[in-house]
Amino acid sequence: MISFKMTDEQEVVRDAMHDFAEQAVRPLAREADEASKLPEPFLAQVWELGLVSTQLPAAYGGAGEQRSPITNVIALEELAWGDATLALAALAPAAFAFAIAEQGSEAQQREYLPLFCDASFHAASLALVEPGPLFDAGSPRTLAEPAGDGGFELSGAKCCVPLADRASHFLVVARRAPRGAPGPVSQQLDAFVVPRDAEGLSILGPEKNLGLKALPMATLELESVRLPASARLGGEAGCDVQRLIDTSRTALAAVLTGLSRAALDYCVPYAKSRLAFGQAIAQKQGIAFKLADMHIETESQRWLTWKAASQLEQGLDATRSAHQAYAYAADHCMWVADEGVQVLGGHGFIREHPVEMWYRNARTLGVLEGTLAV
Amino acid sequence: MIDFELTQNDRKVLSAVREQALVCRQYARYHDENEHEFPPDELEEAKDYPEIYPLFLRSRTEEDTSLGVMSMLISMGETWGDYSVRMRRPKGGGLGNAALRAAGTPEQQKKWGHLTLAMAITEPGCGSDPSMVQTTAVLDEATNEWIINGEKIFVTTGCRAEGVVVWATLDKSAGRAGIKSFVIEKGTPGFVVAHKEKKLGIRADDTAAYVFQDCRIPRDALLGGNEAIPKAGSGGFKGVMKTFNMTRPGVAAIGLGMAEAALDFTREHLEAVGLEVHYGGGRQNVPAAVERYRELEALFEAAKLTILRAAWLSDQGSSNNLEASVCKAKTGSVVRQVTQGCIAILGPMGISREHLLEKWFRDVRITDIYEGTGEI
Repeated sequence: MISFKMTDEQEVVRDAMHDFAEQAVRPLAREADEASKLPEPFLAQVWELGLVSTQLPAAYGGAGEQRSPITNVIALEELAWGDATLALAALAPAAFAFAIAEQGSEAQQREYLPLFCDASFHAASLALVEPGPLFDAGSPRTLAEPAGDGGFELSGAKCCVPLADRASHFLVVARRAPRGAPGPVSQQLDAFVVPRDAEGLSILGPEKNLGLKALPMATLELESVRLPASARLGGEAGCDVQRLIDTSRTALAAVLTGLSRAALDYCVPYAKSRLAFGQAIAQKQGIAFKLADMHIETESQRWLTWKAASQLEQGLDATRSAHQAYAYAADHCMWVADEGVQVLGGHGFIREHPVEMWYRNARTLGVLEGTLAV
Repeated sequence: MIDFELTQNDRKVLSAVREQALVCRQYARYHDENEHEFPPDELEEAKDYPEIYPLFLRSRTEEDTSLGVMSMLISMGETWGDYSVRMRRPKGGGLGNAALRAAGTPEQQKKWGHLTLAMAITEPGCGSDPSMVQTTAVLDEATNEWIINGEKIFVTTGCRAEGVVVWATLDKSAGRAGIKSFVIEKGTPGFVVAHKEKKLGIRADDTAAYVFQDCRIPRDALLGGNEAIPKAGSGGFKGVMKTFNMTRPGVAAIGLGMAEAALDFTREHLEAVGLEVHYGGGRQNVPAAVERYRELEALFEAAKLTILRAAWLSDQGSSNNLEASVCKAKTGSVVRQVTQGCIAILGPMGISREHLLEKWFRDVRITDIYEGTGEI
C-alpha cells in the first residue's frame, strides 16, 4: 500500500535526532571543517545514541532491534542537516557492521559484530571507490585472484575510504576476474575483510579533499594482499555486492537531502531579513523562485530516498530506486547548495556563513558512493 | 508505515487500466490529425472491458492504497494510452463537477451532479489571476434571477459539456472577494458557445470559447448559495482556490502519464539497438544516451512521488495547499524536460509522426499552463 506515513517511533527518532543535530552537531561543524579534524568527543557522544549497536543481534551484544533502513534514512537526514561531514563520520562504521550483519557468515558475525556493540566508538570502513577517471561501482578494477590455498590475493587501489586513519578493518570490494572477462560482472564481485595490519596493505596519508574536510579519508594501496578464504564476505557463498552499493547510495541520498534542507532553512530567513532597494530580497521574484524550487527539490530528494529505503527494508530489489535516489540527490543537492550561495550573494562566499562549506560538501558527496549504510 | 509497493488489488486495477489504455492508444493518432472530430463517448471495444472505477471500488480493502493516490495512478495510466481517447467517458467527470462537489450545497449537487460540467474561469484579459475576472453577475430582484454578461475562453470540454461553472464578479471594486461561481446549463438563452480553439496539442480535446449576453439564470444557481461579499482578505478567494488543491495533483498526473509513455517508448527503442538501461554501475562509465535516459527517468520518479504525496495528504484529511502547488510546478517542468529529452535521445524517430512521441511532446506542453502556469 502506497503510504508516506511515519510510524510513531519514526517521528520520535526524527525529533530526537533533530534536537541532537541542532545542539550537538551544527555548532561543531565550522570549526571541524577549518581544522580538518574530527572533534573526538563528538564520536563518543554520537556512539552513545546507539545508532549502530541497537540494530545488531543480541547474540553478539547488540540490542537486537530489527534494522530499519527507513528509520535510518530519517535519522540520517536529521544528522546531516546538522552537518554532513560529522554524519558520515558517525555512521561510516555502519557500512562495515551492517554488511557483516546482513551478509556475513556466522563466523564473521561472531568475530566482528561484538566490536560494534562496545560502549566506545569503533571504526571500520567500506572501501569501494577507486581513484582515477571512469570509476564504476558496479565494475571495480581491484582484483581478487584465487590463491592456491582457497584464499585470495588482492591487488588494486581504493580511495575516499572514511576513517582510514583509525579503522581496524576494511571491507574491500573487488572482482574475481579481470574487466572484460566473460559472464555477468555482478557474479564476479565480492567483498573481503582486510585487517588494518594486513601485509601488502598501505594506508596512505590523509587525503586533502574539496569538502568533508573534517572526515579523515585515505587511499588504500593493495599489493598482493594475501587473505584466507574466510575473509570473503559471506564465506563460501559469497555476497551480493550490489546490495552494499544500493544501501550506501540510499544512505548518501539521505545525507544529501539533509544538506539541501539545511541550505534551504538557512536561506529563507536570510532572504526575508536582507533588504535591497527598500524591500526584503525574498520579495523579489528572482529570489522567491529560487527558494520555492529549493524547497521542491529538497522534498523530491526525500521521497526518492524513502522509496529506496522502503524497498531495502522489504528485501526487494532496490538497485533502480537507490540509483535514482543517489543520482538525483547528487545533482539536485548540488543545485540547491549552489543557489544557496547565490541567495546569500557575497556572504555566501565568506566562510563566516556555512553555505560555502555546504557547496563544497554537496559536490564531494556526489562522488562518494560506498561509504555509508542504512 | 512508509511503503511504496502496490498491493495485489492495486495492481489488478492498474493492469486493467493499462489494457484499456493500449486500446485507446490505437485511436490516438487519428484524433490528433482530425481535430474537429470528437472521440466517441464510448469506444466500440468497451463491451469487452470492465468499467475501471466500479472495479476499483468493488475490490478494494483497507489494506490497499488509498483512493486519492490510486486515482492519480489511474489518471497516469489513462493518459499513458492517450490524453483524450477513453474507453468510456463518464458523465460528471468535468472540472466543473469537482467545483460542484467542493462548494455546492446538497440541493445543488443533486440538481447538477449528473451533468458533465465544464469550468469557465479564463477570459481574454485574465488568466492565472482569477481575481481579475470581468464577467459580471447582476441580481434582478424582481425576477429572482442573476444576469450574466461576459466572455470566457479556454473552456475545457466546453463544446461537449452539458453545463458549466462560471466565475463572475458581483462587484468589480471588491476584487477577489466579489467573485462567485454560478452553474449555467447549456441551452440557457444568452449562453453561446462561440468557437472551438485550434491547438498545439491535445487536439482531440475540445477547448471552447463562451459568450454570455444577458444570460438569465435562477437565483439558486450561485454555487454554495452565499451571496454575501466577504470583506477583503477574509478568505473568500481562498475558498474558490481550494478547488485547485484537488485538481492540481490530478492535472500533474495527467501530464506525467504521457511522460511515462515517452520514457517507455524510448527505453524500448534503446534496447532494440542493444543499449540496456542498467542501474548497478556508476554514472561515468555508461553511454551518454543511457545516462541521459536515467536522468530523465529519475526526474519522472521525483515528480511522481510529489504527486502521490500531495494526494496521500489529502486522503489523510491533511491540508495539502503547498504540496498541491509543489507537485503541479514540479511536474509541469518535468514533463517538458522528459518529452524533449526523449526526442533528443531518439533523434529522427522522435520527431516522426509515424510514432506518438512527437505527439506526447506537444500534448504534455499544456499541463504546465492550464490550472496556473508554473511561474506564478
